[in-house]
Amino acid sequence: MQTLLAAALAPVQQQYLDQARQMQALSFAVHIPLTCFGIAFPALVLFVEWLHLRTGDPLYRTLARRWSRIMVALFAVGVVTGTILSFELGMLWPGFMASFGGVFGLGFAIEGFAFFLEAIFIAIYVYGWDRLSPRAHFLSGFPIVVTGVLGAAMVIAVNGWMNHPGGFRLVNGQAVDVHPWSALFANGFFWHELVHMYFAAYIVVGFLLAGAYAVGRLRGRWGRYERTALAIPLTIAALAAPAQLLVGDWAAREVAAQQPVKLASFEGLQQTTKGAPEHLLGWYDSSTGEIKGGIEIPKLLSLLAFHDPDATVQGLDSVAPDDRPQAINVERFAFQGMVGIGTLLAALGALVLWVRWRRRRLPQSRWFFRALAAAGPLSVAALICGWVTTEVGRQPWVVYGVMRTNAAVTGAGGIPVGYATLALVYVGLGAAVWWILRRLARVPLERVEA
Amino acid sequence: MSLSTVPLLLALAGLALYAVLGGADFGAGFWQLAAGRGERGAAVREHAHDAMAPVWEANHVWLVFVLVVMWTSYPEAFASIASTLAIPLFIAAIGIIFRGTAYALRAGTSRIGELRAVDTVFGISSVLTPFALGTVVGAIAAGRVPVGNAAGGAWSSWTSGLSLAVGALAVATGAYLAAVYLAADAARRGDASLERAFRVRALVAAVVGGAAAAGGLVALHADARSLYEELVRGAGLPALVVSVVAGLGTLWLVWVRRYEAARYSAALAVAAVVVGWALAQQPELLPGLTVSQAAASRDTLIAVVVAVGAGALVLAPSLALLFTLTLRGRLGYEDGEPPAAPSVVRTLAAARTGLLARVAGACLIVAVGFLTLADAGWAHAIGVVALLACVAVGFRAAVPTDIEDAEGGP
Ligand code: HDD
Ligand code: HEM
Ligand code: HEM
Repeated sequence: MQTLLAAALAPVQQQYLDQARQMQALSFAVHIPLTCFGIAFPALVLFVEWLHLRTGDPLYRTLARRWSRIMVALFAVGVVTGTILSFELGMLWPGFMASFGGVFGLGFAIEGFAFFLEAIFIAIYVYGWDRLSPRAHFLSGFPIVVTGVLGAAMVIAVNGWMNHPGGFRLVNGQAVDVHPWSALFANGFFWHELVHMYFAAYIVVGFLLAGAYAVGRLRGRWGRYERTALAIPLTIAALAAPAQLLVGDWAAREVAAQQPVKLASFEGLQQTTKGAPEHLLGWYDSSTGEIKGGIEIPKLLSLLAFHDPDATVQGLDSVAPDDRPQAINVERFAFQGMVGIGTLLAALGALVLWVRWRRRRLPQSRWFFRALAAAGPLSVAALICGWVTTEVGRQPWVVYGVMRTNAAVTGAGGIPVGYATLALVYVGLGAAVWWILRRLARVPLERVEA
Repeated sequence: MSLSTVPLLLALAGLALYAVLGGADFGAGFWQLAAGRGERGAAVREHAHDAMAPVWEANHVWLVFVLVVMWTSYPEAFASIASTLAIPLFIAAIGIIFRGTAYALRAGTSRIGELRAVDTVFGISSVLTPFALGTVVGAIAAGRVPVGNAAGGAWSSWTSGLSLAVGALAVATGAYLAAVYLAADAARRGDASLERAFRVRALVAAVVGGAAAAGGLVALHADARSLYEELVRGAGLPALVVSVVAGLGTLWLVWVRRYEAARYSAALAVAAVVVGWALAQQPELLPGLTVSQAAASRDTLIAVVVAVGAGALVLAPSLALLFTLTLRGRLGYEDGEPPAAPSVVRTLAAARTGLLARVAGACLIVAVGFLTLADAGWAHAIGVVALLACVAVGFRAAVPTDIEDAEGGP
């Protein structure tokens, strides 16, 4: 009964494939930073509430309450942008859904439940201050933490599977013999992507929050409340950022082993090379396959990918031109942007930890607080760069080595109209989020407490 | 009943719940839009908002649930529907963005003008979204979604009389449900004037909703004759009867002010419409595509059923908790019990920083060894655990709980 319909969703000509891809990428770029708050923020809020329960200090309570308001506002926006993504998968990529929905859909089904529970307990938590007993209220926060992580893990399982598909056999273009559990959780990309994303979420949330209070301090707002509100997220980000280097290195080795062509595109390495170098910046020239300009660091790519300066790295020309990613420069800048920012953030984190350890305080220079203010947006940039690295490097495949993106796309017209509309809506959404955050920040401290 | 229909039943249950819960949510937005000006209008809007604020996200997830069950279990059908009906789905998606954003923004409004602007956006999108989703259902019911990648008409598929009628019906039933629920909430809170206001709205909406349903039947007769026959004579008839009886019963219950019972009968009236549609249309999902032909492989179906079953075990008590707390008025921002007078502030037992820092360092060394230097999968697992432990222990060691003395001014 599968083969009966094999031809039904035959690939179609889509003039606007690139626009469809950009539309998808735009929607991810909006959704993913918000989801970081779903993953990392609840744990921080709970930690502060725990401090309140332990010490009885009303300051912690005020802080947790204010943060929980921000949390629910961002959650609402995360929910709607996530819903757009679920619509888009079907609207833009019906070929992909029709052939493989049965293979990876399970991940989204579990994700659906996770976010369902998250929505329930966020409501109880945020609307339950003062109305539930302190202990019950505190406990109602735990499911939020668990489900946020679980939901994100499920989505990443799908992405891992798209990068390293398994758990099915292909017969006449149809997936048969489907084993959804092993497809989702036994693929070679799931674990490093999950861990890498998890740390990224703490980095993003930690630095964004700390950065907001750093801006306050530069403007002279520096009471006990602000100091606490800055120090807690900063501490977690300062620890997560250096740790992320280890995880990123792990991710790079997994990519080298399982998607050598993606790895080659990080550098624009044309030929298979022993002791491959890496060029910082520079420009990949697609006609010659060489890097113009830039600073060459000999053997760095081999070192990064295999921990061996003389290892052989497979080049782009190891596969047919049609099977190579096209946007090599996008890929190079995204990868280097992530690694560059990641290194800076790790250095900043190390500095914070060092000063804390030796002097038992925060650094005091104004430059430190300026750097913190920049670290928040930079970590979001690293996050998006990371996903661009993963997704653009996977091209031209939507399911790596199995289905091409142009076989997945919809045959419907009007993609540019939808794309333009959605872009406008997202601009409005961004403005709205900015506005609400400023408003919530301006609510006087007493009003939250009252 | 074969395995291939089980997920469809789950999706239909989700759809019915979405119609009943999410529908009321949309309806609350409708009443905010139609609240009128002045103080009275403001009171109506406030009430509609407060009653729905804690539950709207949960209500909304039913839609996501329906989508994922459909695309996992009936991928071809889902892909055909989503690609042909991209326009109304896109409209619904935009409406959903506006609704969610308006919810988030409302908490930050400080002036009446801002509040009104946010409520208006919310209201308009609360009408647009169910209408667009209704046209989608109408298009499927009318058999205007052929199997294939965007194979149906981009516009003609969802602008038939039946689609428009179902769209209108979706808006009307939402308004009707919301009015009943909100009257019940007002009665529970002992607010007599709001109770009267929503009682009248409920009665009017019941009549309008009934008329829309009758209009839907006429459109069905014109557009999808065989479906009509099945509904009024065949398999769908019992559901139709239940819906009519429950609708009339609600009218009476609202009339005599028995709102709590009215909540359930109103919900039943709406859910029965969904069931009736399903019964009348089976066994075909799309023209020429039966449910069993559309179903994904056996392993997938089993996995979906297991996942949904396990999920339901956790979900049901959680939802029950949320609704119990909401119905008892235990959730809300304002006028809660004032916090108990601040007790004595205790200082946190000083963490043994030196020891913790050393443990964190040790974990880091283990992490580097197993995650970075080693290559085997099991080694990486140990490395990741060690790295997480390093961050957690390090956090406890480094997080300042004694900021007060440590920091000077700017
Ligand atoms: C704050 C964010 C952040 C930071 C500082 C880093 N990364 Fe990253 N990176 C991500 C956020 C991210 C991500 C969450 O956006 C990605 C996308 C897919 C994934 O698993 O994580 C990612 C992907 C990603 C990939 C592709 C994985 C794949 O295709 O499956 C590699 C090779 C790296 N990263 C390597 C690194 C290295 C060597 C870093 C060292 C500095 C680094 N990342 C810092
Ligand atoms: C890296 C990728 C992604 C991550 C980490 C992620 C994570 C999350 C998180 C944590 C939330 C909770 C909302 C919040 O806290 O703000 C969320 C919401 C949501 N996500 Fe994503 N997501 C990702 C990609 C996707 C994709 C690809 C889809 C669609 C297919 C999707 C669909 C959804 C939906 C539907 C919701 C709303 C659930 C609800 O109503 O509660 N997400 N996502
Ligand atoms: C499930 C988890 C997924 C995640 C987290 C994810 C994430 C991303 C990100 C972050 C981007 C690029 C962002 C940018 O360029 O700014 C992207 C691009 C893209 N994604 Fe995914 N994706 C996921 C699943 C999917 C799915 C299900 C599809 C559907 C076929 C898809 C198709 C694409 C396409 C076509 C692009 C554009 C690539 C390009 O421009 O070259 N992805 N994705």
